[in-house]
Amino acid sequence: MRDKTGVIKILAILGMVFSFFVFFPVAVNAQHNENESRAVDSALLHGKEEGFLAGEMITEHVTDSYQWHIISIGEKHVSVYLPVILYDRGEWHVFMSSKLYHGHGSYLGYFISEEQANLGKIVRKGANGEEIKPALDVSITKNVLALLFSSLLLIIIFLSVARSYKKNKGHAPKGVQSFLEPLIIFVRDDIAKVSIGEKRYKKYTPFLLSVFFFILLNNLLGLIPFFPGGANLTGNLAITGVLALFTFIITTVSGNKNYWVHIINAPGVPWWLKLPIPLMPIVEIMGMFTKPFVLMVRLFANMLAGHIVILGFISLIFIFGAMNQLLGYGVSVVSVGFTIFLDFLELLVAFIQAYVFTLLSALYFGMATEEAHT
Amino acid sequence: MSLINPGFGLIIWMTFAFLIVLFILAKYAWKPIMNSLKEREDSIEDALRIADETRKEMENLKLDNEKLLKEAKGERDAILREARKIKERLIEEAKEKANTEAARIVESAKQRIETEKGRAMTDIKNTIAKYALEIAEKVMKEEFKDKKKQSSYIEKLLDETRLN
Repeated sequence: MRDKTGVIKILAILGMVFSFFVFFPVAVNAQHNENESRAVDSALLHGKEEGFLAGEMITEHVTDSYQWHIISIGEKHVSVYLPVILYDRGEWHVFMSSKLYHGHGSYLGYFISEEQANLGKIVRKGANGEEIKPALDVSITKNVLALLFSSLLLIIIFLSVARSYKKNKGHAPKGVQSFLEPLIIFVRDDIAKVSIGEKRYKKYTPFLLSVFFFILLNNLLGLIPFFPGGANLTGNLAITGVLALFTFIITTVSGNKNYWVHIINAPGVPWWLKLPIPLMPIVEIMGMFTKPFVLMVRLFANMLAGHIVILGFISLIFIFGAMNQLLGYGVSVVSVGFTIFLDFLELLVAFIQAYVFTLLSALYFGMATEEAHT
Repeated sequence: MSLINPGFGLIIWMTFAFLIVLFILAKYAWKPIMNSLKEREDSIEDALRIADETRKEMENLKLDNEKLLKEAKGERDAILREARKIKERLIEEAKEKANTEAARIVESAKQRIETEKGRAMTDIKNTIAKYALEIAEKVMKEEFKDKKKQSSYIEKLLDETRLN
C-alpha cells in the first residue's frame, strides 16, 4: 500500500515540476502561432517546403536547443519554449525562447546564430556586424531541462529505494529495490571491489554508483522518443566532459606516492627513456589527461552514433517518401524493422556504456591508489 | 548547436546538477543502501556460519552417539561373553565337583561295602563257628553217651598226646 502512495507522490511532484515548463511555454506558443512563418521549428516542415533535409533533422534532434520541439501537426507546432538566461554587458537577461523563434527571431538584439562557428547559439551583432556571444549563457536549454529532470528522477528513485531498504531491513528486496539491487551489487562487487581493491573501494562506491546510474538513466531516457525523454544528454560533450572531469579530479586528488612515482619516474623503464629527454614522463603525463578525455569521447560518440543511426533510418522513410509516396510506405516497413533492431542494440549499448565508463573510472581510481609492489 | 561545440551553460548546469545528485545520493541513498546491504550480507553469512556449525555439531553428536552405541554394544558383547565363560566355568566346576563327589560317594560306598562285607563275613564266621560248635557239641554229646566210649576216646587222645 505504501508503495502505491509513494508512486503517486512521485508522479505528483514530477507533474508539478513539469507543468511549469510545459503549460506556460506552450500557451505562449499558441499566441505566436499565427505570425509564425519562417521559424526553423521543424526539419519535417522543411521537408515540405524545400525537400526533406535529413542532416538538418538529425542534427536538430541530437544537439542542444533553446526549445523542445514535441510534434508538428500540419502547420501547428507543439514545442516547449524554454527560458533563456543570459549575462551580458553587466546585466542579466531572462526571457522565454519563444521570442527568438517567432516574428523577427530576435529579442533585445539577441538571436540564434546560423553561422558555422556559433551554430545554434544565442549571439548578438557587434559594431562591425560580427557575432558576439554573451558573456554567460546559462539558459535552461533542452539538455539542461532533461538533465534537471533526470537528476530529479534519479534522486527520487534512489531515495525511495533507500527508504525501502530501511523499511524491510534484513528482508528480501521488494519492487524497484529488487530490480536495482543486482545493479547496485554489480557496481559494488564487480566494478568497485575488483578494480580498486577490498580495502579502499568503499570511498569510491558513492561516486561510481552515481555515475553508473546517471549515465544509465540518461542513456535510457535518450531512447524514449517523446518528451521528456529523447534529449541526447549522454551524447553531449558537455555532459560526458563534466563526468570525465570528475573522474580526472578524483583520480588526481587520490593519487598516492606510488602513482606519482609511476608517472614521473616509472620503475622498470630504461634510463635513456627518462634522460636527457624525459620521454616516458611526458607520455605518462599525457596519459593522465588522455584517459578521462577518452572516457568523455567514448560515451559521447557511442550515444551520439546510436541516435544518428536510428534517426537516419527514420529519415529514409521521408527521403523515399519525398520521391514517391508509395516508395515511402514500402521503405517504412524496412526502416521500422531496422529501427526496432537498433533500439534493442541501443538498449544494450546504454548498459554497456554505463558499465564501461564506471569500470574505467574505477580502474583509474584503482591505479591511483595502488600500493607499490613489494 | 553544433555537435562538438557544446554550450558553456550546459557545462555549468551539469556540474551543479551532478554535484547535487552526487551529494544527495551519497548521503541519503548510497550510505543507507550500502549499510543495509552489508548488514544483510553479514546476517546471511552469520546464519550460514551458524547453520554450518550446527551441522558440524550434529555430526559430532551423531558420531558420539555412534561411538557410545558401539561402546555399549561392545560392552554388552563383552558381558555376554564373560557370562558365557562364567556359565561354562560354572558348569565345568559343577561337573567336576559332581564327578569328585560321585567318586567320593562311590569310594565311601565301596569302603562301607567292604566293611559291611567284612562284618558280614565275621558274622557269618561267628554264626558258622557257633553252629559248628553246637553241631560239634551235639555230635559230641551223641558220641559220648556211653562212658566207655568216652574213656576209650580219652585214652586214645592221651595216647596220641603222649606219643607226640
